[in-house]
Formats: sequence, structure tokens, C-alpha cells
Amino acid sequence: MTGPHQTSALVLFSVFVVVTLAIATWAGRERRGSAEEFYAGGRLFSPLENGFAIAGDYMSAASFLGISGLIALYGYDGMLYSVGFLVAWLVVLFLVAELVRNCGRFTLADVLVARLRERPVRIASGVSSVTVSVLYLVAQMVGAGSLVALLLGGTGDRARGWTVVGVGALMVLYVTLGGMRATTWIQIVKAVLLMGGTITLTVLVLVRFHGDLSALLTTAADRSGHGRDFLAPGLKYGRDLTSRLDFISLGLALVLGTAGLPHILSRFYTVPTARAARRSVVWAIGLIGGFYLMTIVLGFGAAAVLGGDAVRAAGSAGNTAVPLLSLDLGGGAGSTGGTILFAVVAAVAFATILAVVAGVTLASSASVAHDLYASLSRRGARGAHGEVAVARVAAAGTGAVAIGLGLLAQHLNVAFLVGLAFAVAASANLPVLLYSLFWRRFTTRGAVWSVYGGLVPAVLLVVLSPVVSGAPGAIFPGLDFALFPLENPGLVSVPAGFLAGWLGTRLSPVPADPAAHARTEVRALTGAGAA
Amino acid sequence: MDESDGRAAVTVQRSGAPTAAAGTAPVRDAAGGIYDEVHRSPAFREVRRRYRRFVLPATAAFLGWYLAYVLAATLAPGLMARPVAGAVNVAMVAGLAQFATTFLLTWAYARHARLRRDPAAMELRWAVTLETLPAGRPERLALTAGTPERESLR
Repeated sequence: MTGPHQTSALVLFSVFVVVTLAIATWAGRERRGSAEEFYAGGRLFSPLENGFAIAGDYMSAASFLGISGLIALYGYDGMLYSVGFLVAWLVVLFLVAELVRNCGRFTLADVLVARLRERPVRIASGVSSVTVSVLYLVAQMVGAGSLVALLLGGTGDRARGWTVVGVGALMVLYVTLGGMRATTWIQIVKAVLLMGGTITLTVLVLVRFHGDLSALLTTAADRSGHGRDFLAPGLKYGRDLTSRLDFISLGLALVLGTAGLPHILSRFYTVPTARAARRSVVWAIGLIGGFYLMTIVLGFGAAAVLGGDAVRAAGSAGNTAVPLLSLDLGGGAGSTGGTILFAVVAAVAFATILAVVAGVTLASSASVAHDLYASLSRRGARGAHGEVAVARVAAAGTGAVAIGLGLLAQHLNVAFLVGLAFAVAASANLPVLLYSLFWRRFTTRGAVWSVYGGLVPAVLLVVLSPVVSGAPGAIFPGLDFALFPLENPGLVSVPAGFLAGWLGTRLSPVPADPAAHARTEVRALTGAGAA
Repeated sequence: MDESDGRAAVTVQRSGAPTAAAGTAPVRDAAGGIYDEVHRSPAFREVRRRYRRFVLPATAAFLGWYLAYVLAATLAPGLMARPVAGAVNVAMVAGLAQFATTFLLTWAYARHARLRRDPAAMELRWAVTLETLPAGRPERLALTAGTPERESLR
């Protein structure tokens, strides 16, 4: 893959970078400095705008390229991801969005300290939020690296390395220049681009098959090389009991992790009321649901149009299926239509990565400055301006850490890293959030135990899993300390987080303060006293 | 049930016009009695009951349905592979049904919240705001209580 499609993809991508940098500068000019502005964009976004921004934050390149690629390779088993990623939003809508908007200010910890002791809870939740954000960032950076390798025809590690550095530098620029306001607008632009690109490709696939979905599925099954098995579960996760348990574990992490992702939670603070937060989630569910339905069409379309062998030949992870599909749908390699469509898809994928990375960096810098620094430093960052300055530095620091880890992790599978971030979020962040919103007796000790009781097993089990050692594709293939058979820790660590929270509360020396709980409940359900 | 029913459940009274009340309302500590008072009020209990009555069964239902789907896909692939019509099999129908139920529950929740909770919650929020607001800031009162949405500010 060389020549015109590369050049046009790079041109389109540069246009996106210039436009988004302009947005960031423009957004940063207004009302610089207040914490409200930097973390929450002034809280005056409309539900429609925030709905697009949420969708933009959530639909990562891993879903655009990764899920379609998995479907193109394994058929139905890839579709299980789409379902999990969407159903997760019901947890957010029903149990989290409105209540978090009403009780919190900038971060997850704000919700918890409304009724718990501030310092230990803030530190615990800050640590877990930063961990989740960094894992998620590394996944996106690695994705950016492989995308560039694909675009430049696999010119190797140097191009990948420079991409990771470049993406990291850009995201730090966006965040420090424009804070939440810039980040939100970048998400909106990106969501529109991504939806536009996906709709175009889906329509082209459907036109190719004259709108006959049954013909599409039959052709996909025939050309995949698996026959009818392609349309049923089991190709990827049906080998043995371990792989089946692994999938159940992943399914659990996907559906419970979304509600614990710090960059998703921080989006609810950009709207004025809980009602607006609810309406933005409704918008987001519409967009995300439509998007994942289309990725299914694209995945089966890639299998049907390109054939299973061609997809496998272009990359064993399947990430290249959609770009290749676009080339074919546009009229084939060398044609003008194919070149343009390929360039558009590649630029959209880049834009997706950049925007997601900016959102996560902002959330992570908020956790560092607002939770960790404010609790750990002696004097505290009492002044809002001081805290925002710390947050800007934290964004740069997060960027540096993510670049470093992104360079180290270049050969890890992107979907796995995303699944891991979801597992940690589901184990460490969700239990403590649900307990503090819904359990009257929940105590500070329960909260601290719940966070660490989910975080430590999740991270530890990954270290002891076949991903890190003892398997051919592991980080340390030469060593073998893989005591835990599953790749995703969710099946064990999510219950562990809930259990630890319950145990900590039961063994608490001080009972919960009923007045604090009453206050939280009134605030959560009515919006009284909301920031 | 319609919107008027949602309002009827509220017993906390508005006390006078916002601007007049702001001048005379006793300034209480934010953590003070008003939250406890609202928490004990029948109006708040009704809002909480309506929220829980919808959310708890709905959450149990969709989580159960999703887990059943994941378990069926991983542990009973034979059942899922059974053809329904043409190239479409049970697995495909179940997957699309997950999308459909998600959209349906989203719509039902938004509707329930808008009609059955929002009006009552708004009244309660106003009641608390009147009590906790520092005197002499009527413009903020008008903002929070009367026009909470951005659109109506324009």
C-alpha cells in the first residue's frame, strides 16, 4: 500500500489536526483558568452536543477497525463485542449518569466524598482512575502506531514510534490549550466524521448486495472459508472451557466497565442538569447503537467482499479489514474512488484516536490534580487557579507516561488492552460508585477496600495471566509465571471489588453517618445543591 | 399516568415568589436540617420509590438477558446456530434483539423519568435551594429554580 492513498490520507489527517488545533486555541482563549472551565467546559453544553461528545469519547478506533476486523475474521464472535459495548450504556443511563451529575463536580471521587471521609477515598479513587486512564491511553497509542504502520506500508518501528510520540504531543497540546471545552468540540467533530464515514461505507456495502442482507450473510459465510459456522458463535471463543470462560469474563468487564471509565463520567459534568445528562446519554445510546449495528454490516461486508483469506493475509488481527474494504468499495486499488475512500477512512481512524486520547488525558489530569495532588500536597491546591495549573502539568505528565508505555507496548493487541482497561474500571470504580449511591450503611473503610480490592486483583491477575508470560504471544514469552489461565481478569476481580466493599463496611470501626447518606440521596435524586 | 399525577405527589410548598423569598429565607448551613427534612418528606419518598421501582427491575432484567445471551453464545453454540430463516440463525436474532431491547429500555426510561420523576424532583430541588441559598443572590435563585435548561436561557 503505497502511493496516492497514503498521500491523500496524510493530507486529510493534517487538515483535521489543523482544524482541531484551531478549535483548541479558540476554546482556550475564552475564560481561561477556572476549574469549572478547565474540567467541565463551563457546564453549558447542550444534551445534543454532549451526546455527540460522549459517543465520540466512546467509539474508539478499536471499535471502528477492531470489531469490524474481528467480525471479518471470526464472524459472529466479533459481534458479541458490539452487543456488550452497547448494553453497557443501560448501566450508565439507569444507575450512574443522573446521580453522578447531581452529586459530583469534576471526578468520580467528588461523588464518593459527598458522604465519606475525604482524604483516603480521594487518594484511592484517584489511583484507580489514573490506572484505568493510562491503560486506556496505551491501548489507543498502540492503535495509532499500528494504523500508521498499515498506512505507510509497514515501514517498521521507527514510523510507529514517531506516531506514538506525535499523538502524545498533540493530545497534551489540545488539553493544556483548551481544557474540557476544546476536548468536547474535538469529540463532536470526530463523532460526526466517524458516523459520516461509517454510514457511507455501510450504504456502499448494502448497495453492493442490492439491500439483501441474507445474500450478504450467505456470501460472507461462503467466502470466509468457514461456511455456516461463520454465522454462529464459537469460532474464536469455542475452543475449550478456558476460552469460553475468558469470553464470559470479557463480557462482564465490557458491560460493567463503561460506567466506571473516568473519561465517560467526567462528560456528565459538562451539562447544566441531571436531566440534560440523561438526555445526552439517550443521544449517545442512539449514536453508539447505530454505529455498532453498522460495524456488524462492515465486518460481514469485509468478509463477503474481500474474502477471509485476503483479510487474514493483510494482518492477523483483522484491523486492516475496513480500510481494505473501503479501497474495494471505492472502485479498487488504483482507482480515484478507491483512493479517496481509503484516505477518508484512514483519516477518520486517526481523528478517532486523537480525540479519544485527548478525552482520556483530560480525565486523567483531573484525577491527578483534583484528587491526588489536592489530597497529598501539604498546602493543597486550594486555589482553583493553582489546581488548574497542576492539571495542565499533569496532562503533560500523563502524556509522557503514555508515550513511554505506548512505545514499550507496541506489539500488544489493542483489543486486549481496551478489555483490560474496562476490567479494571469495572472492578475498582463501579462497585464503590454503586455502593456509595445506593447503600445506606456504606462506610469509608468499605470504599477504600472496595477500590483496592478490585484494583489489586485485576492488575495482579493480568500479571499472572498468559498475556504476560508463558504463551507464544506474551510480553515475556521466555518466562512462565502464568498461574491464572484467563486473559481477562473480570470474572474474578469484579466480584472481588464488590466483596471487598461489603467486607470493609461490615468490619468498619465507625458506622455510616445516616445524615450524610440522607443528604447524598436527596442531592442525587433531586439535584439540590448540584454544582 | 400523566404529568399532573407526577406533580400531585409533591407536598413541599413553594413559599412565595422567588425574589421575595430569597430576601427573607433563613440562611441555613448547607449540611443542615433541610436535607433531612426533605429526606423524610413523603414527596421525596415518592420520587425515590418511583425511581427504584423502574430502575431495579429493569436493571435486573437487562443484565439477566445479557448474561443469558453471553452464556448461550459461549456454552450452547449448537442452539445458537439453529437456522431461523434463510441465512439468519438464532444467534443473529438474539444479537439484534439485544440492540432492540437496549433501544426500547432507553426510550422507556427517558419517558418514565420525564413524566413521573422530573416535575416532583424539580419541586424538591427548589424547596432545598430556597432554604440553603445565601441571602441577597436572587439572580442565582431564578436560574436554578426556574430555568435549569440552557435553551430557556436564550
